[in-house]
Amino acid sequence: MKQKQKIVVIGAGMASGRVIENLVETAPDDFDITLFNAEQRGNYNRIMLSPVLSGEKTYEDIVTHDDDWYAAHGVTCRFGEHVVGIDAAQKTVTGQNGTVSYDKLIIATGSAPFIIPVPGKDLPGVITYRDLDDTNAMIEASQKGGSAVVIGGGLLGLEAAAGLAERGMSVTVVHLMGHLMERQLDEAAGYLLRRDLERRGITIRTQASTKAIIGDGRAEAVLLDTDESLPADLVVMAVGIRPETRLATDAGLEVARGIQVDAQMQTSDPDIFAVGECVEFDGNLFGLVAPLYDQAKVLSQTLMGQADAFVVKDTATKLKVTGCDLFSAGDFADGEGREDIVLRDPARGVYKRLVIEEDRLIGAVMYGDTADGNWFFQLIKDATDVEDMRETLIFGPSAQGGDTVDPLSAVAALPRDAEICGCNGICKGTIVDAIEGGAGDLGTVRATTKASASCGTCTGLVEQLLQVTLGDDFQMPTAQPVCGCCELTHEDLRRLIKSQELKSQEAVWQELGWKTRNGCHVCRPAVNYYLLADWPLEYRDDPQSRFVNERKHANIQKDGTFSVVPRMWGGITNPAELRAIADAADKYNVPTVKVTGGQRIDLLGVKGEDLPFIWADLNRAGLVSGHAYSKGLRTVKTCVGSDHCRFGTQDSTGLGIKLEQILWGSWTPHKVKLGVSGCPRNCAEATCKDIGIICVDSGYQVSVAGAAGMDLKETEPLGDAASEQEAIDLTIAFVQLYRENAKYLDRAYKWVAKVGLDWVKSQVVDDLNERARLIEAFELSQSVYRRDPWAEGAKVATSFQPLADLTLEAAE
Amino acid sequence: MNWIDVGAIEDIPLRGARKIKTALGCVAIFRTGLQEVFAASNLCPHKGGPLSEGIIHGQSVTCPLHNWVFDLNSGQAQGEDASIPTFPVEVRDGRILLDGTELAKRSAA
Ligand SMILES: Cc1cc2nc3c(=O)[nH]c(=O)nc-3n(C[C@H](O)[C@H](O)[C@H](O)COP(=O)(O)OP(=O)(O)OC[C@H]3O[C@@H](n4cnc5c(N)ncnc54)[C@H](O)[C@@H]3O)c2cc1C
Ligand code: SF4
Ligand code: FES
Repeated sequence: MKQKQKIVVIGAGMASGRVIENLVETAPDDFDITLFNAEQRGNYNRIMLSPVLSGEKTYEDIVTHDDDWYAAHGVTCRFGEHVVGIDAAQKTVTGQNGTVSYDKLIIATGSAPFIIPVPGKDLPGVITYRDLDDTNAMIEASQKGGSAVVIGGGLLGLEAAAGLAERGMSVTVVHLMGHLMERQLDEAAGYLLRRDLERRGITIRTQASTKAIIGDGRAEAVLLDTDESLPADLVVMAVGIRPETRLATDAGLEVARGIQVDAQMQTSDPDIFAVGECVEFDGNLFGLVAPLYDQAKVLSQTLMGQADAFVVKDTATKLKVTGCDLFSAGDFADGEGREDIVLRDPARGVYKRLVIEEDRLIGAVMYGDTADGNWFFQLIKDATDVEDMRETLIFGPSAQGGDTVDPLSAVAALPRDAEICGCNGICKGTIVDAIEGGAGDLGTVRATTKASASCGTCTGLVEQLLQVTLGDDFQMPTAQPVCGCCELTHEDLRRLIKSQELKSQEAVWQELGWKTRNGCHVCRPAVNYYLLADWPLEYRDDPQSRFVNERKHANIQKDGTFSVVPRMWGGITNPAELRAIADAADKYNVPTVKVTGGQRIDLLGVKGEDLPFIWADLNRAGLVSGHAYSKGLRTVKTCVGSDHCRFGTQDSTGLGIKLEQILWGSWTPHKVKLGVSGCPRNCAEATCKDIGIICVDSGYQVSVAGAAGMDLKETEPLGDAASEQEAIDLTIAFVQLYRENAKYLDRAYKWVAKVGLDWVKSQVVDDLNERARLIEAFELSQSVYRRDPWAEGAKVATSFQPLADLTLEAAE
Repeated sequence: MNWIDVGAIEDIPLRGARKIKTALGCVAIFRTGLQEVFAASNLCPHKGGPLSEGIIHGQSVTCPLHNWVFDLNSGQAQGEDASIPTFPVEVRDGRILLDGTELAKRSAA
């Protein structure tokens, strides 16, 4: 049996994690690995600490290698143990708990945050931002509220600032330079970024230099060199990093700014290698994961005896602050012989600048709309001649050649070597090969290629590749974005509309980085609904963001005519109403009159132009819109109950009418149908409705989440009510909870399946304060929406007519 | 060009459309969120959906019946081998002017 090589690794970070993964997966029997880490844990996705800080993710979500993984691959872990020395002559490494010997040593100690040498830098309450412990310390500090000062307006500082603001702290960023992220952005993009951050309540101080941190026993304020002092319960220092080289220096290795390595990642000692942010190669230092993964690949090949060499490539930067969409790549400084192409759309807060030198794209900065970022980045890396596309270059790939803007065709058109996943340097070809080799979903593609497994911003692209490659065989996963206009799921979108208090469509487009001017037929109706549900007084329903039925307040039929359904409260009508319906049917030549399953009458085949007039006629008889077309309250089906039926236990008809009169006019994520039966014989078929009430001797059984369409499902019990009022309260509270939380176009039963009936009960039944709040919120919304759209439509009858009639002119 | 005044721009809601009757069937006039105005056939080539009832987004309209999306510049349906005729249209002093020559040409053809 072959002797295993003893490998000792110092530092369980993102770079060494990749090396170990390559070794144990490719040559599981060749190496005996011991892994030291100063942190109490193994390798996790460090770049996702910011989503942990802001609360969008938890630590568990970002673990790359857990204990089981290390155990399964036989890696000896010494976590929470600092390495204190390397003896290169004896080939041993000494940790706090003892010494081990190695055949090959890997130094992967990453970087240490730079601490500016000002008085007070060591006070409690001053934190750097590098690892999970720092993140947890920030989360803990933020729970007390108060103010935070972040020193440093680069990528890390801004992600920290955004996270702390998200957690409710009042945050000031102190930045030495004239604009934010000056190494990645030009002034214009820096300005837009600043504006966006200020809009979410973060104060930005540029050209501000820190003189001291003051406080008695712990940080209380940051003193600027203008002698102004900024109150600070928490100070985050994020002014830069320097390679962690102390061990290497002490061991006598060649160290400049970083540990010097050759293209095989070998240090000046042939048995010692270094990888990650701690190295210096050819005068370059590294601060993003993409090049580190290249290094990791080279190092693992080297250790397995394969020839490989590391080369430095351009990197691109994105900021992981939701809603601040920026992209920067290459070199974008002004210069002799350089040409600029700039596109601005102030209305959307979009800024794009391309820098061209000798017919090659050498730099790109974008803010507000970064959808084309990867395409530009590819042009930079390939040094493509852009002379022929110069005129339309800034409009991106969709403007080149064909006129289609379908995002799928853009992905389909990318060359095989186009980079999809920037973090891991995975090209389209690799992903497509994996898909064709059987990786049929996102998880498998991630597992086999690593694409989208780090920061995740390319997830959408990978999914599009799955779709392009597999066609209809690929089911877009449930956590997919709302549509191609954005990268947010419905859940994220709803959450951000609430948390960022976005109260207009424009605010949503701008603040959540919509890629289109004003959405599309998929996202705009959803956004319109979310806005009106969350901000009933500030935002008004926008008919132009509604599907035709809801804009016309009538169902469009397949021949372009409409159907008209007046409301019959609880299914009760009278001769006068019936007469008015009959007269209207005659007057407007209605071809079909049908009794619906919801206990009312449908007039089918009405011409669009006639709608306002037939409504006015029906209005005169006291009839109002039945909303038979809306994602809103449809019908409340009732039985005759105790008034007429010998089995009836309560007045089911009366309750149905009351409910319908309270609920009508409200917009909901999808349609809502109710049923009320007077006894368990259930003649109103209440138990397949969104909400069904069964009257019993002791009161009312309220049940929810039924379905009788493509899916058939019985309702589940929500709660029992002793009084009619309580039954009404439970119903309203349930409807409002659904309105506030469900994804647009999810029927109540789908939503309840997602959030769980127990949670719904806890809000609606158990928590009386929350029940009261829900009812109040519903009433507030109804103060705006409980009105008859027909009466309003009838007033603007002309808007239902053709704009003009040119039948004569065109025939001349 | 034979410009015909078909109405005031305010008669069409922002991101909305109205139809015009012509001897060749209905023409839809679209007004985008940025005040651009387009004219195209009202009739969806798929199954005859009325495009003036669709949702207007960017410079496109989505048919209300089965969600085909048409680029209002070219009339091309996205991802489909179909298109709708478009017509020259202009806005002067708040009035919408449609070019009658195109309409006449098509009726002669
Ligand atoms: C908040 C944050 C956000 C980021 N966002 C991005 C991003 O969006 N995109 C991007 O490309 N990059 C980003 N980065 C940078 C990226 O995380 C780093 O480039 C990468 O983690 C470096 O990997 P590494 O393996 O070299 O070092 P690290 O991942 O830092 O690992 C080094 C490990 O070595 C341990 N160690 C050090 N000294 C010793 C010792 N003496 N004994 C034992 N163990 C020791 C450390 O505790 C640490 O766990 C971000 C970084 C942070 C902190
Ligand atoms: S559900 Fe009960 S009360 Fe109502 S009609 Fe049927 S038998 Fe009578
Ligand atoms: S009729 Fe227009 S998409 Fe079907």
